[in-house]
Amino acid sequence: MVPTPNNLVYERPEGFTDAPTHYCPGCTHGIAHRLVAEVLEEMGVLDKTIGVAPVGCAVFAYNYFDTDFVEAPHGRAPAMATGIKRVLPDRVVFTYQGDGDLASIGMGEIVHAAARGENITVIFINNANFGMTGGQMAPTTLPGMKTTSSPNGRDVETQGYPIRTSELLATLDGAGYVVRRSLHDPKNIRMAKKAIRLAFETQVRGLGFSMVELLSTCPTNWNLTPVESLKFVGDKMAAYFPLGDYKISSGVAQIKV
Amino acid sequence: MQKEIIIAGFGGQGVLFGGQVLTFAAMDAGKEVTWIPSYGPEMRGGTANCTIVIADDEIGSPLVKNPPLAIALNLPSFDKYEDELQTGGTLVVNKSMVDRGPKRSDIKVIFVPCNEIAEEIGDRKLLNMVAIGALLSVLPELTLKDVETALEAHMPERHKNLLPKNIEALKRGYEAAKVQ
Amino acid sequence: MTRELWEGNQAIAEAAVRAGLEAYFGYPITPQTEILEYLSRRMPELGRAFVQAESELGAINMVYGAACAGVRVMSTSSSPGVSLMMEGISYIAGTEIPMVLVNVMRGGPGLGNIAPSQGDYNQAVHGGGHGDYPRIVLAPASVQEAVDLTMLSFDLAEKYRMVTMIIADGCIGQMMEPIQFPEMKPVVRKDWDWATNGKMGKRERRLLTSIYLDPYEEEKTNLRLLERWKQIQANEVRYKEYFMEDAEYVVIGFGTAGRVSLSAVRAARQEGIKVGLLRPVTVSPFPSGAIEDLAKRVSGMLVVEMNSGQMLEDVRLAVKGRVPVEFYGRMGGVVPFPDEVLGEIHRMASGKITADINPRDAWYERMVAMK
Repeated sequence: MVPTPNNLVYERPEGFTDAPTHYCPGCTHGIAHRLVAEVLEEMGVLDKTIGVAPVGCAVFAYNYFDTDFVEAPHGRAPAMATGIKRVLPDRVVFTYQGDGDLASIGMGEIVHAAARGENITVIFINNANFGMTGGQMAPTTLPGMKTTSSPNGRDVETQGYPIRTSELLATLDGAGYVVRRSLHDPKNIRMAKKAIRLAFETQVRGLGFSMVELLSTCPTNWNLTPVESLKFVGDKMAAYFPLGDYKISSGVAQIKV
Repeated sequence: MQKEIIIAGFGGQGVLFGGQVLTFAAMDAGKEVTWIPSYGPEMRGGTANCTIVIADDEIGSPLVKNPPLAIALNLPSFDKYEDELQTGGTLVVNKSMVDRGPKRSDIKVIFVPCNEIAEEIGDRKLLNMVAIGALLSVLPELTLKDVETALEAHMPERHKNLLPKNIEALKRGYEAAKVQ
Repeated sequence: MTRELWEGNQAIAEAAVRAGLEAYFGYPITPQTEILEYLSRRMPELGRAFVQAESELGAINMVYGAACAGVRVMSTSSSPGVSLMMEGISYIAGTEIPMVLVNVMRGGPGLGNIAPSQGDYNQAVHGGGHGDYPRIVLAPASVQEAVDLTMLSFDLAEKYRMVTMIIADGCIGQMMEPIQFPEMKPVVRKDWDWATNGKMGKRERRLLTSIYLDPYEEEKTNLRLLERWKQIQANEVRYKEYFMEDAEYVVIGFGTAGRVSLSAVRAARQEGIKVGLLRPVTVSPFPSGAIEDLAKRVSGMLVVEMNSGQMLEDVRLAVKGRVPVEFYGRMGGVVPFPDEVLGEIHRMASGKITADINPRDAWYERMVAMK
């Protein structure tokens, strides 16, 4: 059937290039990408957006968004974004980072970007492991969860506890908008999109640092089917990493979208 | 022509600023000049020193091992620079802060009671200017007038009211050294 | 023009401002903190970007971001901090974008001390970050030269899209000398065809990255860098010569070691020794051609450094064994006095030198014997 405006129900957002993504089947990176692209398109800011890609599974994010992009060293995306935003304050600057990148090697950069109240938006993918290098333990790996570097399950006695990054960053006065959402079902995906919109609105209004943490799947490294993975996110991950709003500054609270 | 001068004393005795006054004067007199401090933890109250090199041509080393001229504002500096001075050199010593005479006879040591003279003028902090004045008596490359002019030109505006006393301190030091 | 008395660090900062510096990112570390302090006041006063970063890692990656945006950007640090920046420097080199970094070197390795040193020569000139990349390295020997080279560094960095470093040391950074500043250049946002500053309705999207997953593509990039490096070697070598007309011997030293050697060379000349001084101003590209030519007409060379003989190897490569090369170095933050260098000139001029001995080994034996 030839698509026409009458029967079209789903199309590639303008914010995307034509490149097919490299993500594994069942991975929610694709959904997160799409939500960001849709929001940038709806806000009409694609033309003035500069993305900062991480090191991790999303390292090729720059191939998929039809905006300018730079590729940061592992964990340093918030510092690079700071450099760009400080010299181009009228542009929209966002980082897209995984949990190894943001919460492990890049914890220093993200904390200080938030503390400085940098007007940047951070999309934070939490899938409880280092995906690209083959499923090692991340700061977000759940207690008891098996990974290739915690083969007997994460032992909190020797390997410590998971870091709840949103809660941590929400304590900083420079943070304007910090929330956790999930991508495990349509309802939560719609809520995630709304949050991403608010995060970018926070930035364009100059209201400080904004971050949306997205609980995501990693079927390949979790050794689960895509459906089982979504259930794992909804049941197990959301239990340890509660969904919710951790910081909505008074300025952000007044934003009407 | 090249002359090297080391000024040394406790932090707070105006060692670094005293050296800068000479440096400004040399610059305004059209000479090449370098000023380099000892830097680091000693800036928090220990001993401080700076080295000034004044020359007609491009200056090589800004540091000197055996200077021909030095000012010692306290006893540790007297001990150190009496040893290190060149044969035939001159050492200006703040008599107010030392309790011994010279050990070497192959150098000239000029004792000036810098603290007392500064107090007579009415500002203890001027002891460095008294010592600089004394040094000028053995530094023909710079005149008292050069240093006065430099002070006037480079003193921060908020301190300009202190100018007359600074000039008096320079002169008193110069005279005290001249008679020795 | 009037001469002004400036401390090296502050002069470097003001020179960068006058060169059109639009953004500065740094972290405090002795003996260069005055640059950061000066710019923390000066940049906001001019409406330009200044951030005291959380670490040198943060600082260099902020530089990376601003450099991608196509503006004149700089960071400054001292040895341990520069080590921390090496990751970012390699990425910036791989991304082929301009940036300026000043290293006011101090004694090392490790935490070392805060005294003047040239121990980071190899890190700056030959090594540092991972991977194959050339870089421009300038070595001032005075406050005026620090000002002039800071101005120049931005032009070179942009012209060749290359990491440009200035290696000074605590001596240059803390010293005051009379200088003349060049005129303030206006900030000009050039319309680079590579900058990621937003499409703004005018062009296709751009990507700046140092990733080339295909090794053949990466090798092409390596070759492209080398092609630019060849141009730099042909056009940008700078050095200064003193007393060279009739010189039978030559001393070679950069930065502070170079100016200390000038005092020694002058003293030797007064004694009638026909010795000259060559002071590299660019240590990368290195003045190999000039040194090779000298090797054809002098009887011996003495390399003086505030390290264990790092530039020495570049001199030996240029000399190709034609004449004996001697070495004198002080390490760990010790600045040599002119009389030490004069002693080495005496030894060289006495004719008891040979090209058959490794100069570093011979120097090491003398150092051990001296202690």
